[in-house]
Amino acid sequence: MTDVTDLNDDQTEGGQELQLRADTDPLELLREAGAVLRLPEGPALDPADISTEVGEDETMIINMGPQHPSTHGVLRLMLELDGETILRTKPVIGYLHTGMEKTAEDLTYVQGGTNVTRMDYLAPLFNETVFSMAVEDLLGVELPPRAVWIRMLLNEVNRVSSHLLFMATNGLDLGAVSMMIYGWRERELVLAFLEKVTGLRMNHNFIRPGGTAADLPAGWQDDVLELCRVLPPRLDEYDVLLTGQPIFTERTQGIGVLTKEQAIALGATGPVLRSTGVDWDLRRDQPYLAYDEVDFDVVIGTCGDAFDRYAIRLEEIRQSLHLMEQIVDLMPKGDYRAQDKKVTPPPRGRIDESMEALIHHFKLFTEGFKVPAGETYVAIESPRGELGCYLVSDGGAKPYRMHIRGPSFVNLQTLPVMLRGGLVADAVAAISSIDPVMGDVDR
Amino acid sequence: MTDIAEVDGDETTVEPEPPNVHGCPAESVRGETVVHVDVAAYEALVKALHDEGYTFCADLCAVDHSANPTRVLPDGLGPERFEIVVTLRDMAQHRRVRIRCQVPGAAPTVPSLFGVYPGTEAMEREAYDLFGVLFSGHPDLTRILLPEGWEGHPLRKDYAHGKVPVQFKAPQGARHA
Amino acid sequence: MGIEQLNHNFLTGNLENLVNWSRARSMWPATFGLACCAIEMMATGAANYDLGRFGMEVFRASPRQADLMIVAGRVSQKMAPVLRQVYDQMMEPKWVISMGVCASSGGMFNNYAIVQGVDQIVPVDVYAPGCPPGPETLIHAILTLRTKIMDGEIVARRAETGAGAQLHLPPPAPKARPAGDTPVKLLVR
Repeated sequence: MTDVTDLNDDQTEGGQELQLRADTDPLELLREAGAVLRLPEGPALDPADISTEVGEDETMIINMGPQHPSTHGVLRLMLELDGETILRTKPVIGYLHTGMEKTAEDLTYVQGGTNVTRMDYLAPLFNETVFSMAVEDLLGVELPPRAVWIRMLLNEVNRVSSHLLFMATNGLDLGAVSMMIYGWRERELVLAFLEKVTGLRMNHNFIRPGGTAADLPAGWQDDVLELCRVLPPRLDEYDVLLTGQPIFTERTQGIGVLTKEQAIALGATGPVLRSTGVDWDLRRDQPYLAYDEVDFDVVIGTCGDAFDRYAIRLEEIRQSLHLMEQIVDLMPKGDYRAQDKKVTPPPRGRIDESMEALIHHFKLFTEGFKVPAGETYVAIESPRGELGCYLVSDGGAKPYRMHIRGPSFVNLQTLPVMLRGGLVADAVAAISSIDPVMGDVDR
Repeated sequence: MTDIAEVDGDETTVEPEPPNVHGCPAESVRGETVVHVDVAAYEALVKALHDEGYTFCADLCAVDHSANPTRVLPDGLGPERFEIVVTLRDMAQHRRVRIRCQVPGAAPTVPSLFGVYPGTEAMEREAYDLFGVLFSGHPDLTRILLPEGWEGHPLRKDYAHGKVPVQFKAPQGARHA
Repeated sequence: MGIEQLNHNFLTGNLENLVNWSRARSMWPATFGLACCAIEMMATGAANYDLGRFGMEVFRASPRQADLMIVAGRVSQKMAPVLRQVYDQMMEPKWVISMGVCASSGGMFNNYAIVQGVDQIVPVDVYAPGCPPGPETLIHAILTLRTKIMDGEIVARRAETGAGAQLHLPPPAPKARPAGDTPVKLLVR
């Protein structure tokens, strides 16, 4: 067997790793201790404030991950510890870097959805939605109302399944193993509905530029209302199991605290930002799809700790169910995709009848449609925060540049701030409360 | 063309074309303000916008325009190889602005926005990693997504996709010779 | 006193078969969920599809305690050495299921960042296609692996290839026994 130390040498990530405090530039330490406080509004940090009581030879750098049961995927955390207390943290990412932005330049706009959907793999329909919206913005295509409402319905269903997975993994990380089983039991119901509509349990490639791939199946209203009927009592079960329970509250209250200024300065969005008390939700403040025609509450926390984020997501499931009920009532009739022949493929039956339909189908699926030159940035509210797509087109059939602003990528920057001064066990709770998805972080 | 700014929630006023923002040429693209700037005026513009109320940096990314030379820029601004695109948000007034900074390919160095928006730390590292754009004043400009010893910057247009040719083996006992 | 008199209270079998039977029915997977396939792996472990009926619900975080590595998800260039290190830390006998097309062949990501098939790094026993493979496909892969274990073919093949790493260790020297002793006598004593 090869010597373990040899392997370790091959696997250092060099400059990406954390160095001992003794080896670190004091300015760097200053930055880590209170970078956000260098904003004009905050007090300046005095170098004497950095605690130096601990002797330099007493701290240890511990590596957590990338293969670790509690880091939510392949996240590597380097922690400098004094005993069990975390002094400094450095997340090292890139272990799931897939080159999706490069691959996107090689796929047509029709194929782009398959690539984008695998970024945030817990909320695939959101990735597809933001990509399709960016393409449609450049194309100038107007969507029929039913397509918009179907997208909204699927987005909310996906939000429910993503938050249920958060409940499950959050519970598992904190030791409530039965929560894992309950969360997945509920998620299977939602995935069954998604499988009925889109054909797949995950990575659906259903929301495409121009609308959706197919219409909702007959009887979908009953399925959605069944979900809305079955889930709320189970959510109450989770309340009993977790929210009021002393062990859970001890492990999450006061853990991973973030202030408003820190969150905004670091670019955090989604439940992480809302837990600090900032009232910001893109669905309400910069409405897209048809969110200005439905009624829902934006859930905000007060303390900015892990418990608030858990409670926000639990309540957001309820709000999404409420939204789904409204969508069932308000869903308009009509086409599920824009009838622009250059963009959306013809129905399969027409291909046998019409030469023109056959040619359109062929051209769309081989060459794809051309998008006028330009650039655009579209952002939506995914379960993790602001998911944005910056798309540059040069007039061809493939994107010139597609950049996805991943919410988890930016939210992870709050981790060093959250973990400072906490215990190693609290690190697990804090990471779990951010709910990062490494596909989104590394792309 | 009247532009009902769909990104600004409740307002339904017609937005006049803003000629410039803090001295830099701007245009209105489908209801959104896009400011064009070069490296020299970049930092001052960002600070001015931050003081104006754009306290949230939504996104910072780089684009390599070497295969796209025909894009249109306002007068007085020469197109360069790289572009740094920054999207800023004003949460109080529900506004959004996009800054496009032209960065020459020969010496791609840009001032870092870390001092104004600490959240750009990871985004700038990503732009450095994938494009090779250097950010002066960035506290930790190392590769973030790729392994440390990686050579090259993959998202540049002169970097190949790295595709491995896929070999399909003929099935055993083919029916046709 | 022959076997006929034991009134069918005993099962007899080949020791190797018994060992393979128990190995196949309590394979403990190592947590190596990387991307989307990891979610389907968790779904397979959850109540609806339940890996517990195969003895596999305990996902061990430590590779020292695991025998099965289900590589679930795309392996990036940065992750490849980690994958090999975790595989090396597992003890024999160990098996690898490559779950999903990204792990099997690079999947839809034929580019600079993804290893084109995890079999470039570790020897794979069963490939499960799908993007992501549904829980049924993963269970089918696990059952396929189980039949392979029962056949004993894997252990034989591993001996040839030196556990996939071309390691051919010299067999341990037999312990010296006092002349004249036979094993039966040792038991009687």
